Amino acid sequence: MFTSIKRIFKSGWQSFFRDGGLAAATVFILVLAISLATSLFLFRGLSQFLISSLKEKADISVYFKEEVPEIDILEVREELAKVPEVKEIKYVSREKALADFIQRHKDNPVLMASLEKVGRNPFLASLNIMASDVGQYQTIANFFEKLAFENLVEKVNYYQRKPVIERIFSLTSTINQAFLFLSVILAVVAILVTFNTIRLAIYNSGEEIKIQRLVGASNWFIRGPFLVQGAISGILAALICLLVFSLIIWGLSPKIEIFFPGLNIFQFFVSNFWQITLIQFATGILLGVISSTIATRRYLKV
Amino acid sequence: MIKFQKVSKIYPRNTIALEDVSFEIKEKEFVSIVGKSGAGKTTLLKLLLVEERPTQGRIFFEGKDITKIKSGKLPEFRREIGAVFQDYKLLPSKTTYENIAYALEVIGASDQEIAGDVPKVLEIVGLTERANNFPPELSGGERQRVAIARALIHRPEVILADEPTGNLDPYHTLDIIRLLLKIQEMGTTVILATHNREIINSLGKRVITLENGRVVRDEEKGHFIL
Repeated sequence: MFTSIKRIFKSGWQSFFRDGGLAAATVFILVLAISLATSLFLFRGLSQFLISSLKEKADISVYFKEEVPEIDILEVREELAKVPEVKEIKYVSREKALADFIQRHKDNPVLMASLEKVGRNPFLASLNIMASDVGQYQTIANFFEKLAFENLVEKVNYYQRKPVIERIFSLTSTINQAFLFLSVILAVVAILVTFNTIRLAIYNSGEEIKIQRLVGASNWFIRGPFLVQGAISGILAALICLLVFSLIIWGLSPKIEIFFPGLNIFQFFVSNFWQITLIQFATGILLGVISSTIATRRYLKV
Repeated sequence: MIKFQKVSKIYPRNTIALEDVSFEIKEKEFVSIVGKSGAGKTTLLKLLLVEERPTQGRIFFEGKDITKIKSGKLPEFRREIGAVFQDYKLLPSKTTYENIAYALEVIGASDQEIAGDVPKVLEIVGLTERANNFPPELSGGERQRVAIARALIHRPEVILADEPTGNLDPYHTLDIIRLLLKIQEMGTTVILATHNREIINSLGKRVITLENGRVVRDEEKGHFIL
């Protein structure tokens, strides 16, 4: 048993290096398939980043009437914090709102002059609310429609922002669906192309497999070296991909960060390194071995 | 040792390759199967190697009906037979040494046995110098000697040779036939399919003549008569 396994590995190893051209073609196709799998994984990370940054931009603000004392607003905040859909609440006092406005527009003399003309703080205190999910803003807006709050609240800006929030909500689910659809299509294409390349490579060995059968070799003794070759091709292709992706991502990461501030793709690659390595090796080895198994089957019927 | 009992093989579109063939071959015999191209010689050897199954009849090998062997048991059965083909059927990606060793590897022989036996057989077939060459680097005669070496290394009960000299010049033909005779003298049954008149007439051994898939003659010291 051990001798047979040793011979299968030795024979697979030998054939891989003796059939240099075919082995190179198989490795090349596997590199493409693994690159695709890796790109899909990285794209998923990127799209999740974009989705979450889009979601972060969606919030609603509740403005309180001028005469409402701060203590009441803080009470409302405490009440609101109990709503499970609420992720974060930020209280902006009238003074803070004024200070923020001045800070933001201090270089605009027209605005500053108008503010001076008003002669008092025209801003209202507000609660800035972020929901744990984009779909939950309606629930939060409903919270303020209760009678108890009617006298406190001046306006809820959800109703003005509703179309934007809903668009973000539908956009994120569209991105997710499109990604899933694209992944399935590309994965099927990669599997078919790889399988066909390996099938063509083994087609050349069809006569050889028949000879081995006639000499009295068992199916596993014949198939084993092809599986070993498939696995070697997969490992080699995975190593090439790992190297190429590391270099590309290392080089491109600063440039991508210019377009998407806060998105450090190299950091994402490093923190998911083992997961990516596993995806690459699993894709390479499984595609190589499964394709070889199917491709040799038809010649083993002699 | 080998017994054909009313064996017929009919391929699709009613092409009759063998019809009602019956004969028996004893141990250590040297039997030639002769006939024109298409007479059924190759089909007969394919049936013995269970590359094909008969449409009718039964074939016995050492008392076992080989027409009923299951596909999974075929490798085991084929290890009892050594086969030599007109087109050599060598493994092109393996060297002479590896091609011969392969027949021992499939039966699970140890590395020591392989290292001991292969050089001996290479010497018998006169290919010691060519041990590390690949089949495309060998002449037709050399390739056929490798095929014979591979067929006999695991000491099979019987060697089937299907037109082993079909692609060879007269000099190499004689070489191969001498080798097959030597193998038979060493105690192995040899079944030789050929349409080479000179070989058959010089052998003076048993000859079974096939014509249109039927046995028309079976003589102890036969001649090539068609």
